[in-house]
Amino acid sequence: MPPREGTYGLLAEFDTPGDLVRAVRQAHQDGWRRLDCYTPYPVEEAAEAIGFHRNKVPLLTLLGGLIGGAAMFSMETWISTLAYPLNIAGRPTYSWPAFVVPAYEWTILWAGLSAAFGMLALNGLPSLYHPLFNAPNFRDGATTDKFFLCLEALDPKFDLVEAKAYLESFTPVSVVEVDY
Amino acid sequence: MATSDLKTKDPGVDPATGEFLVVGRGQTFRSITEKISRIVLTPHTPMGWFALFTVAGGGATMLMVAVVWLFLKGVGIWAISQPVAWGFAIINFVWWIGIGHAGTLISAILLLFKQQWRNAISRFAEAMTIFAVVCAGLFPLIHVGRPWLGYWLFPLPFTMTVWPQFRSPLLWDVFAVSTYATISVVFWYIGMVPDLATFRDRADSKIARYFYGMISLGWRGSIRHWMRYETASLLLAGLATPLVLSVHTVISFDFAVAVLPGWHTTIFPPYFVAGAIYSGFAMVLTLAIPLRKFYGLEQLVTERHIDNMGKVMLATGFIVAYGYGLEAFMAWYSASHWEAFMFWNRAFGPMGWSYWVLVTCNLAIPLTTLWVRKLRTNIAFMFFISIVVNTGMWFERFVIVVTSLYRDFLPSSWGTYRATKWDYMTFVGTLGLFTFLFLLFVRLLPMIPMNEIRILLPQAKVKPKSAVEAGD
Repeated sequence: MPPREGTYGLLAEFDTPGDLVRAVRQAHQDGWRRLDCYTPYPVEEAAEAIGFHRNKVPLLTLLGGLIGGAAMFSMETWISTLAYPLNIAGRPTYSWPAFVVPAYEWTILWAGLSAAFGMLALNGLPSLYHPLFNAPNFRDGATTDKFFLCLEALDPKFDLVEAKAYLESFTPVSVVEVDY
Repeated sequence: MATSDLKTKDPGVDPATGEFLVVGRGQTFRSITEKISRIVLTPHTPMGWFALFTVAGGGATMLMVAVVWLFLKGVGIWAISQPVAWGFAIINFVWWIGIGHAGTLISAILLLFKQQWRNAISRFAEAMTIFAVVCAGLFPLIHVGRPWLGYWLFPLPFTMTVWPQFRSPLLWDVFAVSTYATISVVFWYIGMVPDLATFRDRADSKIARYFYGMISLGWRGSIRHWMRYETASLLLAGLATPLVLSVHTVISFDFAVAVLPGWHTTIFPPYFVAGAIYSGFAMVLTLAIPLRKFYGLEQLVTERHIDNMGKVMLATGFIVAYGYGLEAFMAWYSASHWEAFMFWNRAFGPMGWSYWVLVTCNLAIPLTTLWVRKLRTNIAFMFFISIVVNTGMWFERFVIVVTSLYRDFLPSSWGTYRATKWDYMTFVGTLGLFTFLFLLFVRLLPMIPMNEIRILLPQAKVKPKSAVEAGD
C-alpha cells in the first residue's frame, strides 16, 4: 500500500457531460489508467471511454439466486420427508410442485440481496471518508450539476506540474489539487 | 381544434408543439436539484403538513388502541365467526398488498420497458409500496390469534421440532410477502443513495449533514460506481417484476385452492394481479395529485403522467372487468348448482348491495370516462376517479371474502356479516398509519429521484463534437 498522505490527485471540473467525455477519452488514449470521473447521473460514454465495460454484479446475482433457491428447496424437502413428515390428504411427503413456490421466492430474495449488497461491496461502500470530499468545489458540484475528471497520483505518468498543464489543455472550469 | 389551442398556458404542455412533456421546459440540473432538495432541507415545515400529520398520527394511535384491545381480548372483538371466518383482516390485507403492487410496477416493470415518464413518480410510488406492505403485513400477524407465536410461521429450529407445512398456500404467502417487503425496501433504498448524497452535500444544518452523510454511505458519483449501480438497478427491476406477479398470484391461491364456490376458480391469479395494479395506480394518483399541487411540482409530475396513469387504469380495469365477466359466465357454464347459487346470491342476495357498489366504482364510472383524454388530463376528475377506484377495489375484496362465505353449501349454517367498531377502527387506523409514514417520507427523504430526472433533460445527452462546434 502506498502511503496515504500528500496528493491524492488532480481534479478538473467541467460544465457539460460532453466536455468531460472528450477529456476522459483523450486521457485514456494518452495512457492514463488511474483516473476516474464523477458525475451527478450515470454518463455511459464516460465509462466506455475509460474502458469499464463489464462488472461482476450479474455474476453475484446469479450465484445468490441459485444458492437461495437451492437452499429453500432442500430445506422443504428435508422438513417434509425427514424432519416432520405430515400426511396432508394422502399426498406424497415429497410434493415437489408445492415446494417450487417458496423456492422461487427465495431465489428472488437472495438474488436481489446479492445484487444490492454485492454492488455496494464492489464499490467499496460504505466508506464515509474519501479524499475528494476535501476538494472545495467537489461537494457542491458532483452530486448536483458538475462533471469531474480526476487523474490520480498513483498513476505512473503522474507528475503534479505536467498533469496540471495536461488537464488545463482541455479548458476545464478549474483544476484543483486534492490532498489525502 | 389542435391541442395547442386548448391549453397553451398549461406547464405540462409544450406551447410550440402541443406535446405533453415529461419534464417542464427550461429546467436545469441545478434548478431541479434545488426544487426537490428544498422540500426536505428547509427548516420550515409547512403548517398544512403539521395539520395532516396530526390527523394521521391520530389515526395511527387509534390503530394502536384497537390492536392493544385485540391482544387483550382476542379476535372475538372482530365480527369474524362462522360462517364468515375471514373478515376485514383478509379484505384489508389483500387491498393493501394490491395497492403496493403499482409501486413495483412503476419502479420495476416500466423501468424495464424504458418508460422514462415513470422516473418522476417512481420514488414515491415505491414508498407507497413499502408503507402499504407494512399495513398489509400487520393484518395476518394480528389475525393469528396468538401473535406472540407469529414466529411459528417461519421454519425455525424449535426445541419441540415442529416444522411448517409447505404444501399450504398460506405458508407460501409468508415467503411471498416477506420477500416482497425485503426486496421493495432494498430497491427503494439503493435507488435513494445518490439522492441522499445530494442532500448530504446541500444540507446547511450539521445534523442533516451527519444524518444524510451516514445513510448515503459515502456515495460520490464515481463512474465505475454508477455503472455497477445501474446494473444492480436493472437486475433488481428484473427480479422485482416476476416477484410482484407472483405475490398476488400466491395471495389469490389462498382463495383459489379452497373448494368454496366463488373462490375455486383459475381466473383468480391474473384477475388479482390486474386488480392490484388497478387499485395501486389509483392510489398513486390519490397521493400524487395533492403532492404536486402542495409542493408546486407541476413541472416534474406533469399532466402527461396523470394521463398515462389513466391509460394504465383503463387497461387493467378492463382485465378486471373480464375477470368479473368470466366469474358470471362460469357460474352458468359450469352447470354447478352451487356456483350458480353463489353468483345469484352475490348479486341479488341480502349483501348484494356490495356487489353493485363494486360494479359502479370499478366498472361503470372509470371504464366509461377514462377513454376521454380531456377527462384524463382533468386533475380534479382524476382525483375523484382515484378515490372511486380505491373504494371499488376494497369492495371487490369484500365481495370475494364475505359473499362467498356467508351462504355456503349447507343452508342451516348460513349466516351474515356485520363489522364491529374494532374492525372499522383497525381499518381506518391503517389508513392513518399509512399517511403518517408517507408524510414522514415526504419530509425527510427525496420523494422525486433527482438523479433519474437529470437524465431526462436535453442537456444530459453527450453531443458529438461537430454538433457543439455548430453551436447546437
